[in-house]
Amino acid sequence: MNSQATPAAQTLAGDSAPVLRGDLAVWIFILAELLAFGVFFLAYAFARAGDPVAFDAAQAGLDRHAGALNTLLLVSSSAAVAQAAKRVHRGAAAAQAARWLLVAIACGLGFVLVKGSEYATHFAAGMELSSSTFAMFYLALTGFHFMHVLLGLTVLTVLWVRTRAGAYGPRDSNGLDSGAAYWHMVDLVWLILFPLVYVMR
Amino acid sequence: MKSSVKTLPPAVVWSLLVVATGLTFAAGEFGIGSAGEAGHPGPALIGSVLLLAGAKGTLVILDFMDLRRAPLFWRVVVLGWLALVVSGILLVYLKGSA
Repeated sequence: MNSQATPAAQTLAGDSAPVLRGDLAVWIFILAELLAFGVFFLAYAFARAGDPVAFDAAQAGLDRHAGALNTLLLVSSSAAVAQAAKRVHRGAAAAQAARWLLVAIACGLGFVLVKGSEYATHFAAGMELSSSTFAMFYLALTGFHFMHVLLGLTVLTVLWVRTRAGAYGPRDSNGLDSGAAYWHMVDLVWLILFPLVYVMR
Repeated sequence: MKSSVKTLPPAVVWSLLVVATGLTFAAGEFGIGSAGEAGHPGPALIGSVLLLAGAKGTLVILDFMDLRRAPLFWRVVVLGWLALVVSGILLVYLKGSA
């Protein structure tokens, strides 16, 4: 894997040499995830094209404020992870980077709370996968994404503990960069999911 | 990749993403252009919201994921995914509204 070669090559060639931050295996996993979400998004679009009236009526029942708030939370969480990574790459104090990761975790937990309360409202109203084609897509798509958020939060917690312990530095940030890339992917997917499911009609 | 490529500072990217999110929300809340009758999506709403999604996604890919400085292959693959998904959704939605 390029985990050993990358930092050294970077030092030799300076900042201008192309660098893929993070583990190659994690990037391949990210591509697979993007492909799955991409197919899911297009399937949603095609399903909606079959019955736009029913989809738009069902979409009107969603809480767009909650969706927008969650977008802000994920974007902020992603930015906080980028701040943490930047500090590690610069060789800043481990506590600084760890603090940013804590901000990222807090924003991610906020997303879980908001999405959880949305689900609670839907389920109380009797929504289930078989309620309608829209409900099936909405619950499956956001639920699949929700699982990724939960996994991402687990990863971020491990990264926070390790960063606090000083496990990462400018020459050894592969673990942090890999987890960060995964978390940015979770953010990226939501940036399409939000307009598609909550806004477009 | 001749000169050193600089990624945008996270705070700048974050600000842009927040503004774009606000615009997306406003477009959904107040509508853009003529939304048409029920069942007829507003092409202006769809186009502008997808454009914003593409812009936001590009920022996350290039600056948060740091692919701006990655080998060309990775930039092309991930940006290509974004372009395919966004344009695919756009085509299906506009076809449905015709």
